[in-house]
Amino acid sequence: MNIIKTKKLTFEYIRRDDEGNIEGITRAVDEVDIDVKAGEFIAILGHNGSGKSTLAKHLNAILYPTEGSVFIDGKDTSDEEHIWEIRQIAGMVFQNPDNQIIGQVVEEDVGFGPENMGVPTAEIWERVEESLRAVGMYEHRKKSPDRLSGGQKQRVSIAGVLAMHPKCIVLDEPTAMLDPSGRKEVIRAVRALNDVEKITIILITHYMEEIIHADRVFVMDEGKIAMTGTPREIFSRVDELKNLRLDVPQVTLLAYELKKSGLKGLPPAVLTTGELLEALRI
Amino acid sequence: MLILDHLYHIYDEGTAMASTALDDINLVIPKGQFIGLIGHTGSGKSTLVQHLNGLLKPTSGNVYFNGADIHDDGYNKKNLRSKVGLVFQYPEHQLFEIDVFSDVCFGPKNLGLDKKETELRAYSALKQVGITDEYFYQSPFELSGGQKRRVAIAGVLAMRPEILILDEPTAGLDPRGRDEILGQIALLKAETGITVILVSHSMEEVAKYVERIIVMNKNKVAYDDSPAKVFTNFKKLEEIGLAAPPMTYIMHALKEKGLNVDTAALNVNAARDSILTALLG
Repeated sequence: MNIIKTKKLTFEYIRRDDEGNIEGITRAVDEVDIDVKAGEFIAILGHNGSGKSTLAKHLNAILYPTEGSVFIDGKDTSDEEHIWEIRQIAGMVFQNPDNQIIGQVVEEDVGFGPENMGVPTAEIWERVEESLRAVGMYEHRKKSPDRLSGGQKQRVSIAGVLAMHPKCIVLDEPTAMLDPSGRKEVIRAVRALNDVEKITIILITHYMEEIIHADRVFVMDEGKIAMTGTPREIFSRVDELKNLRLDVPQVTLLAYELKKSGLKGLPPAVLTTGELLEALRI
Repeated sequence: MLILDHLYHIYDEGTAMASTALDDINLVIPKGQFIGLIGHTGSGKSTLVQHLNGLLKPTSGNVYFNGADIHDDGYNKKNLRSKVGLVFQYPEHQLFEIDVFSDVCFGPKNLGLDKKETELRAYSALKQVGITDEYFYQSPFELSGGQKRRVAIAGVLAMRPEILILDEPTAGLDPRGRDEILGQIALLKAETGITVILVSHSMEEVAKYVERIIVMNKNKVAYDDSPAKVFTNFKKLEEIGLAAPPMTYIMHALKEKGLNVDTAALNVNAARDSILTALLG
């Protein structure tokens, strides 16, 4: 069974003017069909306003489809009795860590989710420990979140989701507000959860370098899936991506430019510096 | 011109919570430079920025703007804040007027300018950030993320600052949106000679646009030099939570393999040319 399945998922909202009169309808997500297998690492790209965050919010029942349906681990998100189960199965991490951390102490914050779910106290502490270890934040467990860097706070947010034992984590631009080392820390933690814990990952980002290890990439435009493929397939379509206001990693762009200048023997898409060295045979 | 002279800032001085945020900062910001200010979270760069237009008062040391000490009694801070314009992170959260044009008028109107001058300034500021007439009477909340942010920047530009400070102006924008904003700022700088200070976490971005980089680490200035020179210290930059632009790593890797490329190449075109020359002669 697929962990995530959407069938012609459509989400519309009504725009109103100051007096409340209806001005029009915006279709933010337009008949999207996706299938994600358990354990996959999916990246979603798309320009601002392409519908990717709206799509993401359907995956843990923050939003419900206007038309079509969403199934998380086989459960229909429109079915109210499944809401809490769905939110436990598919956890969500947002852009700003400061909006997601509520505890005064790191370990308390991480324990909040399982506590709310009614997990017995002894097990909560076990979960807190394993979650903090999984994101490399165990040594900071007694600290106040105020004392942490952006990358560390974001890893605490992820641990908070992890403590609810989700099968899937949806991350909506988790690195947008972080410095370079913070970004690296978070992406490393996310990849480890996928590799080691086999948690399904949906990563939304504007940073192309972050997704080269994804299994599949969805590119959204005007509420639809405009492109889909492996990172290599997607990043070989440089011009199409640029038309969609996106980009490719710098090393990919360099190889593309070298090829355009007539250099022979370069593959369709180079994703890492190692691959570039290999392709240049030096 | 802005001069920071032995600037110290200690939060909660004299209490058990005292923490130094700026430790002996000495900087000269001449007119017309495009400067990148980088540093990891907590390095002191936000505190520094707030000193540039007098939002904070130094624990000791002085800030001079065009020759005058901004903390002297009777110094006109309101005027200073129109001359040193600060665009905060996510400035679009500060839009509030019913339409784009009124929002941009707010600053100059507050300076006490008459209606005509206010509107002229708002008009030219919106043009400077590339917002066309058709958007003027729309609600700012109906614009795209990148447009909203440009309107917010126009609101500061309408005060005709001599120095424009942008705190992470591209956070959360898509790649094209990032290029559009920074391209627009570079154009503005070229046309008006305004001084720009860009606070950024993206080394790629900084490398592409600025002529001088100030690196903050542990509340001090760690480096203050041209991008090419600063990024030769990329190993040190990593130790302090930063990095060099991706191109620097690629070029160093090529060089290590014996290809005679220019490791100071920071953008794709320079790197491409250097590789082609090294390979083909």
